[in-house]
Amino acid sequence: MSLEKPSRDTELDVGATEDGLDYDALADLLGGHVLDREEHVNAEGFVIRPDEVQDVLSTLRQEVGFDHLSCVTAQEYDDRYESIYHLRKYADPTQELSVVVPSPKDDPHNESAARVYDTADWHEREAYDLVGIEYDDHPDLRRILLPETWQGHPLSQDYNQDQPQIVPLRENANPLQDDHRSEDDPDTMFVNIGPHHPATHGVLHVETVLDGEQIASLEPDIGYLHRCEEQMCQQGTYRHQIMPYPDRWDYISAGILNEWAYARAAEDLADIEVPEYAQIIRTMSAEMCRIAAHMLALATFALDVFGDFTAVFQYGIRDREIVQNLLEDLTGQRLMFNYLRLGGVAWDLPEPREEYFEKVRDFLDGLPHKLEEYHDLVTGNEIFQMRCVDTGVLSRDQVKQYGATGPVARGSGVDYDLRRDDPYGYYDELDWDVVTEQGGDNFSRVLVRMREVEESARIISQCVDLLEDWPEDDREIQANVPRTLRPDPDKEVYRAVEGAKGELGIYIRSDGTDKPARFKIRSPCFSNLQTLPEMSQGEYIPDMIASLGSLDIVLGEVDR
Amino acid sequence: MSSDQTPPAVEDVSTQEARMGDGADDRFNSTLREAFGSTPFILTKFDKFMNWVRGSSMFMLQFGIACCSIEMIHTYAIKHDLDRFGAGVPRASPRQADVIIVPGTIVSKFAPRMKRVYDQMPEPKFVVSMGSCTISGGPFQEGYNVIKGAEEVIPVDIHVPGCPPRPEALIYGVAKLQERVANGESSPVTVKPYELEQFGDLEQDELVDKLASEIDEDDLVMRYNWNDSP
Repeated sequence: MSLEKPSRDTELDVGATEDGLDYDALADLLGGHVLDREEHVNAEGFVIRPDEVQDVLSTLRQEVGFDHLSCVTAQEYDDRYESIYHLRKYADPTQELSVVVPSPKDDPHNESAARVYDTADWHEREAYDLVGIEYDDHPDLRRILLPETWQGHPLSQDYNQDQPQIVPLRENANPLQDDHRSEDDPDTMFVNIGPHHPATHGVLHVETVLDGEQIASLEPDIGYLHRCEEQMCQQGTYRHQIMPYPDRWDYISAGILNEWAYARAAEDLADIEVPEYAQIIRTMSAEMCRIAAHMLALATFALDVFGDFTAVFQYGIRDREIVQNLLEDLTGQRLMFNYLRLGGVAWDLPEPREEYFEKVRDFLDGLPHKLEEYHDLVTGNEIFQMRCVDTGVLSRDQVKQYGATGPVARGSGVDYDLRRDDPYGYYDELDWDVVTEQGGDNFSRVLVRMREVEESARIISQCVDLLEDWPEDDREIQANVPRTLRPDPDKEVYRAVEGAKGELGIYIRSDGTDKPARFKIRSPCFSNLQTLPEMSQGEYIPDMIASLGSLDIVLGEVDR
Repeated sequence: MSSDQTPPAVEDVSTQEARMGDGADDRFNSTLREAFGSTPFILTKFDKFMNWVRGSSMFMLQFGIACCSIEMIHTYAIKHDLDRFGAGVPRASPRQADVIIVPGTIVSKFAPRMKRVYDQMPEPKFVVSMGSCTISGGPFQEGYNVIKGAEEVIPVDIHVPGCPPRPEALIYGVAKLQERVANGESSPVTVKPYELEQFGDLEQDELVDKLASEIDEDDLVMRYNWNDSP
């Protein structure tokens, strides 16, 4: 609820010191498990044997307190495959550790981490799908993004992109067809929800098995929008060619937040300092994006829950139009901004500046009244409350198990916001609060988003004040960056920012050329969507739709 | 007796007024009626009339794929309001729709599903493809998983370029489609490399042989050859 970091009740974990993590203590704790130690830009990497993954990770989780497996990166080198488990702590995300697991080239095998962290389930399926590493002891290792019949693993080195592929259009079989528990029991029924369905927010496919009207089992089937974002970024040069793609991950106007994720990772990789003035512009525009994204989340949620195409939906779009106009004035585009550059931003605020500030202030002044209207219409509505309070409950432990972040985590009382906990930009100089709710249900998640809009407005108004008073001869929007960036070979970095949906992380490994050797996107929606079965088991179908709406997923970011 | 009575004066009453009778208001006197004078008939070809009707009342399919669908939502919603052009009510079911806007990147896994949705729409049906991805694959053209344009899967009437196109551009595209429909024009159906086929009809090469054990003979499959596509 405030910028003060929450104090932990327990004593300090192993290796945690006042000024960061003591990696030597961690290495002592793991003893012979650690074969080698690597320096990554963000943290140290411990190299371990591929058959000791579960031992090492459960030790790190229980004794060191690494409760957040934020990402699993898989990649292929000339002589080996490698999986990297990026560990963090929910209480303090600056304490990071990478666990590096090499596996042999001819037969890439690892022990799976899915028994330790539930979130590793999907992450490892993705690694198997795209890179081709097999994970032993994985509960369900099969393709996740590409069709089942796909031949080859597209991000491995010997993949031939020109070979023809066959995609079947198979009806989904009823997985519980023969599972009639007794003669009196009603039959179960299999229902496909999506991939073309008004309530799935895009092209999500949910395979649902119903027992009466309740959900007996449910599985999200993704990959209907897997458009090879990682491959695209690995083909582009650091300086200019990658920046347009982040806009298209989370495309609900959250473009600048995504661009910032790439900018932050690449700037840390290449040691670029961003001028303060540019940081303020970044902070302001990013928060505008957050408002636009949360407005659409609210609008579509109301559409899901009420079927209300007329009032709340149109109000949400109306307010988005205002924000989009402001962003268009600033960046020149309504949706795909491409505004950040490595080391700064593309250009200064639009002239005349006073007029722009006035427009922004007008919008901010009108916002409290509009939010009140939303509260009257939506959160104060009895029908809405009946649909949302105590449905789709997600406990604090489940959040941590599945690596959920963003409003989903904060709606379950997990006080985790990278803007405060792992500061970047200008956030640590400004006065704002992190919003949390304790309920963990659909209602809390919606409430968190609506209150975050207020906080974003506070941040924007402080940024506007700062920008207005900024001395005219000190408006530096761009650091001095070489025309072609070639970071040192084998430098690795994992950096995350707080996107509209949660922790949006980028892993980059450089190989000395002007293009990244591996570019991995940690998408918040990918992890958040994994919680859907937990939230919906045994609930009614309409509650599942409400849960899906309150998760606020974007398929472009889930599938990348 | 009868000769005493004077015959009623013949007033100068127009046929139109006589037809209306007493006590009727002029609600039927539309400007159109006035233009046609006394005749209650409009003469046109039935085909032409139907085309005009089709163009003026379009039922769109509620169909979102990717980034462009956000701009499509804005086109339907407040400010831009596609309904002004008689094309504003998105239908959730393809059985009720006659125009499909394809808003976004089509990937290998989704293409067969989109084809199925298109097949479910009743004739006559029209396709507006929105954004660069549906023209050529757009920024993702080099991707291993991306279908290079909607035209590979279904016939397209209007292409709206942009990444994403502004709502104004989409409205222009829809208006152009209405114009074409009203004029009775339609796009020629081209033969596409990415076609729905019975599995048994595929050429029995190495890949098909390998998959033959995994895929049911009755399955409908799509086969996409990245080499042959544009």
